[in-house]
Amino acid sequence: MSHDENAGRHPKLVRMANQIGTFMLSKPHDEGVAGVAEHINKFWEPRMRRQFFEVLDGGGGDLLPIVKEAAPKVRRPAPVEASAS
Amino acid sequence: MGLVQEIDFGTPASKAEKQVTLTVDGFTVTVPEGTSIMRASMEAGIAIPKLCATDMVDAFGSCRLCLVEIEGRAGTPSSCTTPVAPGMVVHTQTGRLKDIRKGVMELYISDHPLDCLTCAANGDCELQDMAGAVGLRDVRYGYDGDNHVFAKSRNALEGGVANMRWMPKDESNPYFTYDPSKCIVCSRCVRACEEVQGTFALTIEGRGFDSRVSPGMHQPFLDSECVSCGACVQACPTATLTEKSVIRIGQPEHSVVTTCAYCGVGCSFKAEMRGDELVRMVPWKDGKANRGHSCVKGRFAYGYATHKERILNPMVREKISDPWREVTWEEALSHIASEFRRLQYQYGRASIGGITSSRCTNEETYLVQKLIRQGFGNNNVDTCARVCHSPTGYGLGQTYGTSAGTQDFDSVEDSDVIMVIGANPSAAHPVFASRMKKRIRQGAKLIVLDPRRTETVTSVHAKADFHLPLKPGTNVAVVTALAHVIVTEGLFDEAFIRERCDWSEFEDWAAFVAEPQNSPEEVEKLSGVPAETIRGAARLYATGGNGAIYYGLGVTEHSQGSTTVMAIANLAMATGNIGKRGVGVNPLRGQNNVQGSCDMGSFPHELPGYRHISGDAVRDIYDSLWGVKLDNEPGLRIPNMLDAAVEGSFKGLYIQGEDILQSDPDTHHVSAGLAAMECVVVHDLFLNETANYAHVFLPGSTFLEKDGTFTNAERRINRVRKVMAPKNGLADWEVTQKLAQAMGLNWNYQHPSEIMDEIAKTTPSFQLVSYDLLEREGSVQWPCNEKAPHGTPIMHMDGFVRGKGKFIRTEYVATDEKTGPRFPLLLTTGRILSQYNVGAQTRRTDNVVWHAEDVLEIHPHDAEQRGVRHGDWVRLKSRAGETTLRADVTDRVSPGVVYTTFHHPDTQANVITTDFSDWATNCPEYKVTAVQVGLSNGPSQWQEEYAEQARMSRRIEGRLEAAE
Repeated sequence: MSHDENAGRHPKLVRMANQIGTFMLSKPHDEGVAGVAEHINKFWEPRMRRQFFEVLDGGGGDLLPIVKEAAPKVRRPAPVEASAS
Repeated sequence: MGLVQEIDFGTPASKAEKQVTLTVDGFTVTVPEGTSIMRASMEAGIAIPKLCATDMVDAFGSCRLCLVEIEGRAGTPSSCTTPVAPGMVVHTQTGRLKDIRKGVMELYISDHPLDCLTCAANGDCELQDMAGAVGLRDVRYGYDGDNHVFAKSRNALEGGVANMRWMPKDESNPYFTYDPSKCIVCSRCVRACEEVQGTFALTIEGRGFDSRVSPGMHQPFLDSECVSCGACVQACPTATLTEKSVIRIGQPEHSVVTTCAYCGVGCSFKAEMRGDELVRMVPWKDGKANRGHSCVKGRFAYGYATHKERILNPMVREKISDPWREVTWEEALSHIASEFRRLQYQYGRASIGGITSSRCTNEETYLVQKLIRQGFGNNNVDTCARVCHSPTGYGLGQTYGTSAGTQDFDSVEDSDVIMVIGANPSAAHPVFASRMKKRIRQGAKLIVLDPRRTETVTSVHAKADFHLPLKPGTNVAVVTALAHVIVTEGLFDEAFIRERCDWSEFEDWAAFVAEPQNSPEEVEKLSGVPAETIRGAARLYATGGNGAIYYGLGVTEHSQGSTTVMAIANLAMATGNIGKRGVGVNPLRGQNNVQGSCDMGSFPHELPGYRHISGDAVRDIYDSLWGVKLDNEPGLRIPNMLDAAVEGSFKGLYIQGEDILQSDPDTHHVSAGLAAMECVVVHDLFLNETANYAHVFLPGSTFLEKDGTFTNAERRINRVRKVMAPKNGLADWEVTQKLAQAMGLNWNYQHPSEIMDEIAKTTPSFQLVSYDLLEREGSVQWPCNEKAPHGTPIMHMDGFVRGKGKFIRTEYVATDEKTGPRFPLLLTTGRILSQYNVGAQTRRTDNVVWHAEDVLEIHPHDAEQRGVRHGDWVRLKSRAGETTLRADVTDRVSPGVVYTTFHHPDTQANVITTDFSDWATNCPEYKVTAVQVGLSNGPSQWQEEYAEQARMSRRIEGRLEAAE
């Protein structure tokens, strides 16, 4: 169990990231880590990646180790687009 | 314009390569060996009189009208059953033949009514034609004797006594009638039902003069096994089997070839018209997907196009609790434009998006994604493939380098072993099922992986040699176990693998599948499939000759959907079943244009032709053509849009021709997402379920009302042709164009062909596609470019698209959706023959006679434990929600598994399904939901509230009755 402040944040997103991580576990380790990052970069919209980094920057919550290991290769999205409101 | 005329050659074409030359009435003709004299004559332009022969079925030789004389042979053989021989000299018109034919026709007509002027077949009756052809001028026998024509005897002595031979007209089928008094017992209908459709619902009862066509055991058509495909009606030479629409309207005067708007088979039809009224849809013989066959949906279920509930005017409302207000197109479009711009100003550029339709044309889909990328300035575009075949795109892309299904439908004619996984083509892709069953009757073997014992597992003269009734959610384990057997027993195709794949990747994969946990004995414990059945199926697939895999949503709609697709791809590579006729990996696509909508760049991460949005070179093509800078980040997928809406960052959505509230999983989540948006635009034929949450409704047009193209499951681009003006005033592509113009984009397409030209110019796999080409070729399968100017029927012929085929480890991971004490049963969902998808179209046709409501299939053992009897109302509950429906107690499902369809909004099976999804693509896990079933007193609270909310939200100002 993790006890950091982000435990339980964005649970659906954490689940999705861990599903990707779980598939990549069956690959050779380095390839798997690269696979997680590539998959998230290719298919996750910046909002989702922003939430991913919120979880990660808060300690990583329930993210699998392979996902955490892949995080440095995940592209950090640009800061939230300025809007009128 | 006139009717599209198709020549009936009388008997099917011979596929022999050897040619034979003969003379017919002095003309020399050369035909393939095995051709009938009848067909050879027709090739030479001489039509021999015939009644029982037609080229959709094998020759039968019963009518004795097609007799010929052959020099050097005695007698007068029937030309339909006599094959040609080298040097044969045939005479089709001699004094002897003329006399015989006239005599035969006289006998036919002596037992046939003479009401030709008022007969529905007047103008389209082969019996009448033949009477004319043989010069029949008199019928000497009268009608006083034995006959099937009159209800009462005409004999003076028996005057008025009931004629026991006479049978009344059977009008039980909603689409056609059977009038036995007009039947000449040519057996064409019976043979069409057997040979073309493969249902064997019809037979000839009695012998000699007593012979009658009988559906089932002398039953009305509706009560028999008949599936209403229409083949018998098409085959009938008289008015015996006639479309009710022809009886009502009369004969058509012109026809236009177009493409069916139902399933992914993409059948070609002739829309037969009288003025702008559609008289009937008749399958087109030259259609390369269907080869002249059809199913109940495409042939008959088009009445929704003129249904009274169709909405024909744009409508707007402030709040979703308000009634609708009818407005002009200009008002509706400028309202959307200003709302969308307001939302983007207020919440950011990425706060709006759109969904393209798998029911609309390629051109329309292309325009919607273009509107989003160019006009909205983001990539928030997705399509219903998200919830069906997105794992196919990912899985086949990873292993083979392209998401393309590998074969054309003709390929099944060369298959020796057919493996159907998670699909029930007899219900969902019926015309392909007929072609598959035809091949099975010729001796091909069948393996089916499905939790249910579907129609595909057991049908007449086509039974599965191996049925693997796996527990829902164990696909990966079972398919990997098949690979285990193939690898450990040395049944793989080493030469193929060494040539086409990376050998070291194969070795790694082989070592993985050979691990003990992947053995059939271990997998039996998870899947419930006996190890010996898995072993038998694997051996048959690997060693039985050409092995072809066809799969459906039972593969993709799982947490491990993409993994199963890879496992299937591995299996085909390991056995060398790729790159030739008769083999392959064939995704059976659900909707008519789901292939096309994917091809057209409907996914948020890729541009048309499956090119990732992050590629600078690809974006450059569009940047310069569209004069914008495209966003290089992937957009939101449908489930992500709904999540973002609930979180408050996604506010506006343009939905063309899709009903996500009914079709997408976890209805409560979908409705929460929609309700959180400020501008939902639904563009559809009807006020569908999603429209309950819409602020703007744009009326759509049907496939009969516009030009365009659909791309079917075999990548075949087929023309859709306009046969009537859009009842709503505008074709859908025009609506999207006007919306783009309202948002300030400079679009000016005059015709869909110009849109296709833009697609061809920017997409390498469509490089040579144009309406001119489609006019010339009829249809073409992409890739269609300089390397393959006539398209590509079979993929990977000379190596895989990605270079070497890639073997990928497929570790089984059990879904998180698990049964337990509260939810001990597994629900899986699917479709039936007569209904289509969310039912918006088919529920508005007479197809409801076959399926008026969704029912829950439950095994007798599970039913008994719960006190549930056949027909009882039951409550179906999961952790996501609950609904009620009637129980169908049947052993088609295994104990522990229940099944239902999702065609009716009042049942709303997706209230039950959860938000779990495929790891790679977010394709929802529709096929596995842990549920409990119990007796029910009536509709669930949700159902009652939903019905009330739907009623309120469908009110239109100034109209008393809200449309459904």
